Amino acid sequence: MKHKRKKMSAGSAAPTSRKKVISGNHAVSYGAMLSRVQVVSAYPITPQTQIVEMLSKLCGSGQLKAKFIKVESEHSAMAACIGASIAGTRAFTATSSQGLALMHELIHWAANARLPIVMADVNRAMGPGWSIWTDQNDSLSQRDTGWLQLYCESNQEVLDTVIQSFKIAEKIYLPVMVVLDAFVLSHTSEPVDLPNIKLVDKYLPPFKPKIKLDLQDPHSFGGLTTPEHNFELKYKMQVAMAEGVRAAKKADQDFKKVFGRNYGIIEPYRCQEAEIILVTSGTITSTSRDVIDELRKKKQKIGLLKIRMFRPFPAQDVIKVLRRAKKVAVIDRNISYGVGGIFCQEIKAAFGNEKKQPSIFGFITGLGGRDVTPETIMEIVTHTKKNKYPKQPIIWIGLKK
Amino acid sequence: MKKLKSAREIPIGTAIEDAGCSREYHTGSWRNFRPIHDKEKCVNCLTCWIYCPDGCVQVKDGKVVEFDLKYCKGCGICAEECPAKGKAITMVPEEKKE
Repeated sequence: MKHKRKKMSAGSAAPTSRKKVISGNHAVSYGAMLSRVQVVSAYPITPQTQIVEMLSKLCGSGQLKAKFIKVESEHSAMAACIGASIAGTRAFTATSSQGLALMHELIHWAANARLPIVMADVNRAMGPGWSIWTDQNDSLSQRDTGWLQLYCESNQEVLDTVIQSFKIAEKIYLPVMVVLDAFVLSHTSEPVDLPNIKLVDKYLPPFKPKIKLDLQDPHSFGGLTTPEHNFELKYKMQVAMAEGVRAAKKADQDFKKVFGRNYGIIEPYRCQEAEIILVTSGTITSTSRDVIDELRKKKQKIGLLKIRMFRPFPAQDVIKVLRRAKKVAVIDRNISYGVGGIFCQEIKAAFGNEKKQPSIFGFITGLGGRDVTPETIMEIVTHTKKNKYPKQPIIWIGLKK
Repeated sequence: MKKLKSAREIPIGTAIEDAGCSREYHTGSWRNFRPIHDKEKCVNCLTCWIYCPDGCVQVKDGKVVEFDLKYCKGCGICAEECPAKGKAITMVPEEKKE
């Protein structure tokens, strides 16, 4: 082992990366470490706990030179991150489900205060029925807070997205939520390429905010804002959010230049001449890819669109891909009670002013962590092929009626 | 009234770049009741000066001189706390002031 290491260092340059088999949760922790976060404040909750454990360990061993602030709740965790970010440090937290909901007030605060905090949310169903398994209703209920949301498909993507998120957040001064499925990613190990931290430094320079809390140079933050000025602040948030689409694309392209891989804010998969396009997010995407490959082998004109960026919603990019299809099948692992699938709603809204649009089918499946298998996806494909138009606003798949 | 700032001019996230800018905000316009000072009754204990949340009690040579009406919101804490016999400060509705 010693010999091997010596041999490596004898080369002209340090290795650009090393492979390690890690869980999605640890991919989050390594992503934060490689981003050289300076303050971590978090409260443990299944299925996020290992993220915090690992970060605490890394802080304790000195591998990560960050202040780890122990708190009594998620509400306080975000409050600590807000303070840390105002003071000009790179702040990070992670949570899930009930914890995210408890944080809600300060999730608004972080965005309205325009703080580039990054948070990982491990998707877990909201209780009751008390659950630790995945669905997206926790993160999606934070839709309107002004946070960017990026949904991940693999552990590699999780690690890379944490690093990219700081790049995006610090460009537009809005916080970013990195979202990953409970267990399917959080507790599943995959080989992950851990980039050399020097390369990450090249990609992500230290955080230097324009204004920060500084005793030598006093400023005021978060004070009373009368109606004469508050409206303009909200407008500026929307401007920044819209800018977020471009910032995320650029961060992703720059990432490719340094690390040789990227994801896009959306990813069309085998959409050439597709008559039917499935729309997915998170790990359902991987399952669907397999199904698409099988169907393409049988010469079926079917493709897939993965939505990685949900907020800001890249409507124009989405329309560009989907408008060519005859039918679109949106697979939602979430529900807005009284309407239907949330991604489906967004896509329908995106097509609102378009003259030509495909027939959009809204499927709901996998709520409360119910497995979504290739058979589930096949059922969705079969239903979409069989019907010209959706007969009802919600088509339930895998429901025991 | 000073000119309101446009979206372009306002710093993001409610950050206020210059310290002490509350001086520019004349909270006296909020006032419904005005404090009236009775020099005869006043014992110059400066209790009002301590309690005033906006620092509006003007003191010279250890004596209460006047109230700074540019910032006085008319909260009446000074009148409430005044320990002088018969109260040296009374709150008078703005419309009834002399």
